[in-house]
Amino acid sequence: MNFLQWARSPWGQSVPIHIAWSLIWIAVIAGFCFMVVHALYLIVVKPPKRFAERKAEAAVAAVPERVPRHTLTARLFHWIMAASMIALLITAFLPRVGIQFNWVVYHWIAGLVLTASILFHVVHSTFFLDFWSIWPDKTDLIDARNRTLRFFGKDAPLPSKFAKYPLENKLYHAAVMVAGLAVIVTGLFMMKRVQTGIFVRNPYLFSDMTWGWMYVLHGLAGVGFIALTIMHIYMGVRPEKLPITKSMIFGWMSRDFYLEEHDTGRWAPKGAKSDSGKGLAASDGD
Amino acid sequence: MAVFRDVMPAFDLLQPDTAAEAQQLLAQNGADAWVMAGGLDSFDWLKDRIKKPRALVDLSGVDELRGIRVSAAGVEIGAMTTLTEIANHPEIRRNYSLLSDAVSLVASPQIRNQGTLGGNVSQDVRCWYYRGGWPCYRAGGNICYADTPVGRNREHAIFGANRCVAVHPSDSVPALIALDARFVVQTAKGEREVDAEDYFVGPEIDITRINILQPGDLLTAIRIPNAWAGARFYFEKVRDRNVWDFPLMNVASAVKLTGGNIDQIRLAVNAVSPRPMRLKAVEDAVRGKPANTDTGRMAGNMAVEGAVPLQFNAYKIPLMRNLVKRAIVGQQEAA
Repeated sequence: MNFLQWARSPWGQSVPIHIAWSLIWIAVIAGFCFMVVHALYLIVVKPPKRFAERKAEAAVAAVPERVPRHTLTARLFHWIMAASMIALLITAFLPRVGIQFNWVVYHWIAGLVLTASILFHVVHSTFFLDFWSIWPDKTDLIDARNRTLRFFGKDAPLPSKFAKYPLENKLYHAAVMVAGLAVIVTGLFMMKRVQTGIFVRNPYLFSDMTWGWMYVLHGLAGVGFIALTIMHIYMGVRPEKLPITKSMIFGWMSRDFYLEEHDTGRWAPKGAKSDSGKGLAASDGD
Repeated sequence: MAVFRDVMPAFDLLQPDTAAEAQQLLAQNGADAWVMAGGLDSFDWLKDRIKKPRALVDLSGVDELRGIRVSAAGVEIGAMTTLTEIANHPEIRRNYSLLSDAVSLVASPQIRNQGTLGGNVSQDVRCWYYRGGWPCYRAGGNICYADTPVGRNREHAIFGANRCVAVHPSDSVPALIALDARFVVQTAKGEREVDAEDYFVGPEIDITRINILQPGDLLTAIRIPNAWAGARFYFEKVRDRNVWDFPLMNVASAVKLTGGNIDQIRLAVNAVSPRPMRLKAVEDAVRGKPANTDTGRMAGNMAVEGAVPLQFNAYKIPLMRNLVKRAIVGQQEAA
């Protein structure tokens, strides 16, 4: 099976032109396989949710009934980015599976919205939120190791409760970041190939080979987003994750859910103090 | 790159006797099938080895696709009817001379003897980059070689460019649009009839197709209603070589006059855009106005609004302006 489509350039060079469109269906199948396997795992294995004792019991009393999780700005960013991503997927792939419409203009407009929202997010999360809260830390890695060992029946300490984001969430963010960076950078260059009224067209900006690999990278990241989006929507509607999804709409999660899943020592709610002495102002963002 | 330009690639030659059988064969072979009518476009593609179908469905033996049937409702022209037959048919010359005028200007007499109406309306674009087998957008690639600062695009589009800038090359199509013709398509689900202008697909919708035919579909006939029979017609084709060439541009109009004023009009232009253009806004603007030079000039100016020339085809803007003016007033008045 060929994953790329190749063509002969006018200069006799064999160049890639884009991904094989069958990868669309492979990405769809991968996304649904993830759903099925994950759902079966939870139904059949029924893994117990067991955590080590939280590090800051003293701070529990200070936890409010509604624990702020996402600011209005962060929520607006999330939903604008989600809308643009859905628009990009629809305009990119529906024509490839037989639903024809005038997609190019809507695609690059949605791409510009995504680019603007991501630029905003980079600045916002770097300077106004707790930048490191979405990156795996040492505790995450130790807990991942312990959870894996316990899954295989080995003797290992109980993992800690989560900080603001579970490790899986952080890894998902990293995957989206890599794929997003790929589609944005390649997409912006690809706008030089079509009539947008924004850039002066210059299809000879790069060689055919460079353009070809750019289209391939754009396509690979694009189909990657199909699988990533299916996974994200699936996790968002799972019953045990609904409090997190609701917090992306309303901005807060309940005190009970917070205490059940999160460690006040790793992520303290607003008004309380964590063990590290950091106020919540530094960790109440996205 | 080795280029073979003398021997066609091997394919299964399928020669049905009926339209139903032809449609069935097309459906069976799907995207691997190639429909051949007169063969004039097909043999170029095949001998250049740009298109390599697995099966070729030759319609030359399907008699029911041939002929011109006159009825009270108008005329029905089988898709395999030759352009010469149409040009010489008395009823078409009498009441629908727009079409006979248009097909009389297609290529050369030999080609008109062999070429069919179905083939003429369904032929592919003439862009040499595309026909040369280069991996352009229309060929499934990711570039338009014609729309570059150095691309040879004198014959290309001034409207409707969307990555691809090739133009539709048919002479008969604008006449059929002006006559309000309907195209009959046989599909696996049954017969489907579409307005002439809706038969064509622009690159913004599907850059690799030029018409609505999906794998398995067959254009069987073109029906011209009698609504425009005997109207005042105008067809003009501009080409580099008057003896035999594709159009640089052509225009067709059907006009009904009442007391010198334009009562009803249909106006179409081709070779300016990837799909034939019906100028509805111009039709609306000139309706009720006298068919004179002032109206023609206004129509011409209006027709070229929004035109975006490429590096070498800006001449098409004044050309279109003047052709539309002539189509409104008639060549004699405009001269």
